[in-house]
Amino acid sequence: MGKPETIVEKIWNKHVVHAEEGKPDLLYIDLHLVHEVTSPQAFEGLRLNNRTVRRPDLTYATVDHNVPTRNRDIIKDEVAKKQMETLKNNCKEYGIPLADMYHPDQGIVHVIGPQLGLTQPGKTIVCGDSHTSTHGAFGALAFGIGTSEVEHVLATQSIWQERPKTLNVKVEGNLGPGVTAKDLILAIIAKFGVKFGTGHVIEYTGEAIRNLSMEERMTICNMSIEAGARAGLISPDETTVEFLKEREYVPKGDAFNEAAAAWLDLATDEGAVYDKTVTIQAAEIEPQVSWGTNPGMCVPVNAATPSLEEAENAEDVKRALEYMGLEENQPISSIEIDHVFIGSCTNSRLSDLQKAAAIVKGKKVNDNVRAIVVPGSFSIKLQAEKEGLDQVFKEAGFEWREAGCSMCLAMNDDVVPPGGRCASTSNRNFEGRQGNGARTHLVSPEMAAAAAIEGRFVDVREFAGAVS
Amino acid sequence: MEAIESHKGSAYPLDRSNVDTDQIIPKQFLKRIERTGFGQFLFYHWRFDDDGKMRETFSLNDNKYKEASILLAGENFGCGSSREHAPWALHDYGFKVIIAPSFADIFYNNALKNGLLPVKMDEAQVKQWMKQAEDGALELFVDLKLQTITDDNGREVAFDIPEYHKQKLLNGWDDISLTLHHEAKIEAYEKRN
Repeated sequence: MGKPETIVEKIWNKHVVHAEEGKPDLLYIDLHLVHEVTSPQAFEGLRLNNRTVRRPDLTYATVDHNVPTRNRDIIKDEVAKKQMETLKNNCKEYGIPLADMYHPDQGIVHVIGPQLGLTQPGKTIVCGDSHTSTHGAFGALAFGIGTSEVEHVLATQSIWQERPKTLNVKVEGNLGPGVTAKDLILAIIAKFGVKFGTGHVIEYTGEAIRNLSMEERMTICNMSIEAGARAGLISPDETTVEFLKEREYVPKGDAFNEAAAAWLDLATDEGAVYDKTVTIQAAEIEPQVSWGTNPGMCVPVNAATPSLEEAENAEDVKRALEYMGLEENQPISSIEIDHVFIGSCTNSRLSDLQKAAAIVKGKKVNDNVRAIVVPGSFSIKLQAEKEGLDQVFKEAGFEWREAGCSMCLAMNDDVVPPGGRCASTSNRNFEGRQGNGARTHLVSPEMAAAAAIEGRFVDVREFAGAVS
Repeated sequence: MEAIESHKGSAYPLDRSNVDTDQIIPKQFLKRIERTGFGQFLFYHWRFDDDGKMRETFSLNDNKYKEASILLAGENFGCGSSREHAPWALHDYGFKVIIAPSFADIFYNNALKNGLLPVKMDEAQVKQWMKQAEDGALELFVDLKLQTITDDNGREVAFDIPEYHKQKLLNGWDDISLTLHHEAKIEAYEKRN
């Protein structure tokens, strides 16, 4: 046996194409996911320099950021329409598979990769989107890149990267009833800060992580970037293998068993050393609600906004409270909302919708609230409809939409109006993220569903109809 | 990419930490398929009100910072979305150097690829320069070759930058051309796997 290694070291070492002292490594990329917003300038760059796409077969594109989630046949936004058409033309020109607006595989890029089995353990995966970290849930090394790097990967199927440091986020014990993966990742970011992962790849370990489903693991890894880490991953185990079985792009039969054995071997070795380790106790975590303008500004639902006197960074807290229209020491349960968004690459998968539906079943959305559900992919939408979830939501007064990024970043017309306040299952509560002047509170799908009914934040654990 | 050896300019202090790329360039401006013309939208909702009128209360709109080309900012600058539109907007607006105690990883990389020099600098030093720029005016001379920044009084401070990035900025090298020198190795890798 050689020296024990982390999964990051194993994947990295296998993908180095060229290494030189004092320079980043040239890393081979196994899967390049492409969407309409961060790719047009990259393709244009290829054309200007008379270059081509090296491996269209390792590239996969979809439209998600701009797509309307209703009335798809009439896209009024001409600029958005042109951007989507540009992607279509680029994919055609370079032979890249594209799940466009009417394709059965269309959806949020970080939802469809795993759904199709394109995402696999041990792969290096990039996309011009910071939430590419989602794919780390499978034990892939996956990170977001800029448009220049998109162009670079298109042209060379490789990327220059400094070897990252490793950060072990160890979650001991188990989450309490009614406490979700979303609460866990929000609590991690609240505890350690929005930049504690900078320069690192996070590996999430510990009993609580092992007991999460693949969908929950995706929620965790998705928000690694909100802790500053470009990538966050979880060592593959039987849960990973089971999820991938029979997926479209995954090997079948004996080839699958061989692949699965290799995947399990990728897990971090006993005794491997991380550059940094932090620990958090799962049992202490409560349902979370963000109160401020970055994802670290988060407290348990039964707590209050910070006191300015006690705050370390009083200026930041003051500015955030002002933007959010909140007072210091204000109980979270007193905050009334007027919008609810259930969706995004963080929380739009089937189990998210099932859990939210269980909360709203037989109840009515509060009169002051406009609530929408946006499934992560067309396929999830179909499955949910098969189970009758759409009916549950619609009968409660939710709008049921087509798949896309939607109100997470409000590039299409799913926008929270100025001064509006939204309980959102997405990942970012930045100023103006969901619309100019809009106020975002990040929560789990269960907490969002309960808030939709009550018109304010309530502890979902005490909410009638809540499942444990 | 435009090469950068040194830059002399006046500084604008943005005393905020965790400035995210949604603030640098809001999403409604990401639909364009061009790489240019994003400067007008920089810090859009901080600079303009809901009617598109300039907010007098936001310091970048102050006449004294009109010619500023060096941005002084708080820690974790450029966090959030990977949008390269952020460095495009900063560069197009006229900023050539950003000095902050720390940068988000993706933004740091994106800046380097666009001839926008991100300088990591001790927080106390950044704060001191911010105060100078607020109280009066601050001109800085940033020498990438020597890795030094000199202020109006001739006081010199050194900064770190990985040699690899420095050489690329100094020469304005295009990453893809450099990588294609290793094309045989990429092919060999593909054959092995």
